[in-house]
Amino acid sequence: MTVTIYVPKDSAACSIGADLVAMAIEAESIKRGISVSIIRNGSRGALWLETLVEVVTAEGRVAYGPVAPSDVDSLFDSGFHFGGDHPLALGKTDDIEWLARQDRVTFARVGIVDPLSIADYQDHGGLVGLRRALVMEQEEIVTEVTQSGLRGRGGAGFPAGIKWRTVMATNADRKYICCNADEGDSGTFADRMLMEGDPFTLLEGMTIAAIAVGATEGVIYVRSEYPTAYETLNRAIETAREFGWLGQNVLGSGFEFDIRTRIGGGSYVCGEETAMLESIEGKRGVVRSKPPLPAINGLFGRPTVINNVLTLATVPAILAEGAEAYQGKGVGRSVGTQVFQLAGNIARGGIVETAFGVTLDTLVNDFGAGTLTGRPVRAVQIGGPLGAYLPVASMSISMDYESLLAAGGMLGHGGVVVFDESVDLAQQAKFAMEFCAIESCGKCTPCRVGSVRGAETIEKIITGHDVEGNKKLLLDLCEVMTDGSLCAMGGLTPLPVRSAMLHFSEDFDRRARDQR
Amino acid sequence: MTHAPWSVDAATAVLATTCDKPGPILISLQALQEEFGYVHEQDIELVAKACNVSRADVHGVLTYYHDLRTSAPAITTLRICVAEACQAVGSRDLVNDVERSFNARMDEAGESVELKSVYCLGNCALGPSAMVNGVLVGRASAQTLMNATHVQVSS
Repeated sequence: MTVTIYVPKDSAACSIGADLVAMAIEAESIKRGISVSIIRNGSRGALWLETLVEVVTAEGRVAYGPVAPSDVDSLFDSGFHFGGDHPLALGKTDDIEWLARQDRVTFARVGIVDPLSIADYQDHGGLVGLRRALVMEQEEIVTEVTQSGLRGRGGAGFPAGIKWRTVMATNADRKYICCNADEGDSGTFADRMLMEGDPFTLLEGMTIAAIAVGATEGVIYVRSEYPTAYETLNRAIETAREFGWLGQNVLGSGFEFDIRTRIGGGSYVCGEETAMLESIEGKRGVVRSKPPLPAINGLFGRPTVINNVLTLATVPAILAEGAEAYQGKGVGRSVGTQVFQLAGNIARGGIVETAFGVTLDTLVNDFGAGTLTGRPVRAVQIGGPLGAYLPVASMSISMDYESLLAAGGMLGHGGVVVFDESVDLAQQAKFAMEFCAIESCGKCTPCRVGSVRGAETIEKIITGHDVEGNKKLLLDLCEVMTDGSLCAMGGLTPLPVRSAMLHFSEDFDRRARDQR
Repeated sequence: MTHAPWSVDAATAVLATTCDKPGPILISLQALQEEFGYVHEQDIELVAKACNVSRADVHGVLTYYHDLRTSAPAITTLRICVAEACQAVGSRDLVNDVERSFNARMDEAGESVELKSVYCLGNCALGPSAMVNGVLVGRASAQTLMNATHVQVSS
């Protein structure tokens, strides 16, 4: 009898040896004459348990982790291929508390399915949403997505259904669906894990969007730092074409829709939607003025739906389960689930998908189990490099769009980066300005010049030059950047700076810092 | 990583596959770099002709994107994440260690090894992260990166 063993092919798992573990299992099984079939799945998201090896038994999938290549020999000795006991045994994967406590919607299949098997995809509920959409009116699909309350997961949180309606209502010879997979925020990796672990969900979401608004072409803009995701997507697209899903006649419905991928050029600002359009058009990734909205005048001047990977990947579940099921989760206007990413100095990092409204404390201390270094948490940056630094006193905050906004922060793409007490927030504030200077597209002055002046001014504060005067100057500059920048790059860079000054003022005073 | 030697004919052949695509400038430059390891100075004129755009347009795109380069890469390119999530687990120290171990400076050209800053590799729960010739390394130290480099060079 052949034993089925899952070893993740996710980039994060491979970065700490998953490929070597898979090779060791194969070599050892041959040596021992045991017939083994290794499936390279995505990651379950518990990155602190990688490499997480799963064995299919009569009772279901059982897990072992974190497995190093050197553990493979002893795993076979303990009969792990029949679910045998071992110091690394974790029991049934679905019963691992860290995973069982989550509410997986967008990430329902990631880590469970073989990423490139359409048969496996359909066995786990794939294509149900699209098949339903194909027999609905365009208006009905858009209404369903609007009613679900789904908001843009890229960071802006704009209602997806309203954007789709604008594109649907605009007449043009051609319309586009653009997926923003330029996940540049430090502390975020959910887009990558979904593209590597369950790419068909993204393709299905894009196809549903295309049917809803009448688009015939899709483009996925993937950042160049994600070579594995890019390759996986291309193979998934090819498979979907052969299956009769993408192409002239989507699943025999008569609709036409195809998807191509484009790779970025290492520019952070190309994650801004209009800069991304410029980049897809092959130009410098410079931000466009709005209006006109991309929904009316987008890629190559045509009406374009631009959504983040997670937004589009949530659509199939909404169509399959109905708007009400999704709307029932979350708090207030933050409806549904959010894929939080626990990152930085954290003991148990990875993907935590749960309904909006979970507290930061639950994420960082319950799921995350505190810092990796074991030292006390001092600051948490939420929402990427343009997000606020929050102090430990803010741990009880509810993680949703509105609460974070009220606290002077933002949810962004759901990244949660934890720092221990060794962090210097003046240095972090300076880095925020330096990063903006490096990545600014240069179109508007507040961002292009402001970021350089900001970094210089913070350096003066750090070195003790006219601290009070320069603090005032810095706050004034932050106001100019916030109000005067063309896009979120310059407009939100003041967020980490101001929050650091507000909550960690002692780091901006040399004497106080030296005493600390 | 091995690349083909640059020539006008070879570059023209690459451009034949990209210049008729929508928005061809960036993908043309990316394809040339993929083939030759960098964008040759004469490529600007070749791309402009093939795509029917001005040399200024090509120059603008070439100088905008961090990924595009105009000189041949080193044998080993080490990209070290210096963004927040990796800073939280000691990337600043890692950079110092790596500069010492490899006897090279960040973001300076080199023949055998080139150290480059990168802002996020999407491996933020297992940092500090680095990429050795395109292969992602988590929980990186100067030692593990040294080992990864040797494995690649010797294989």
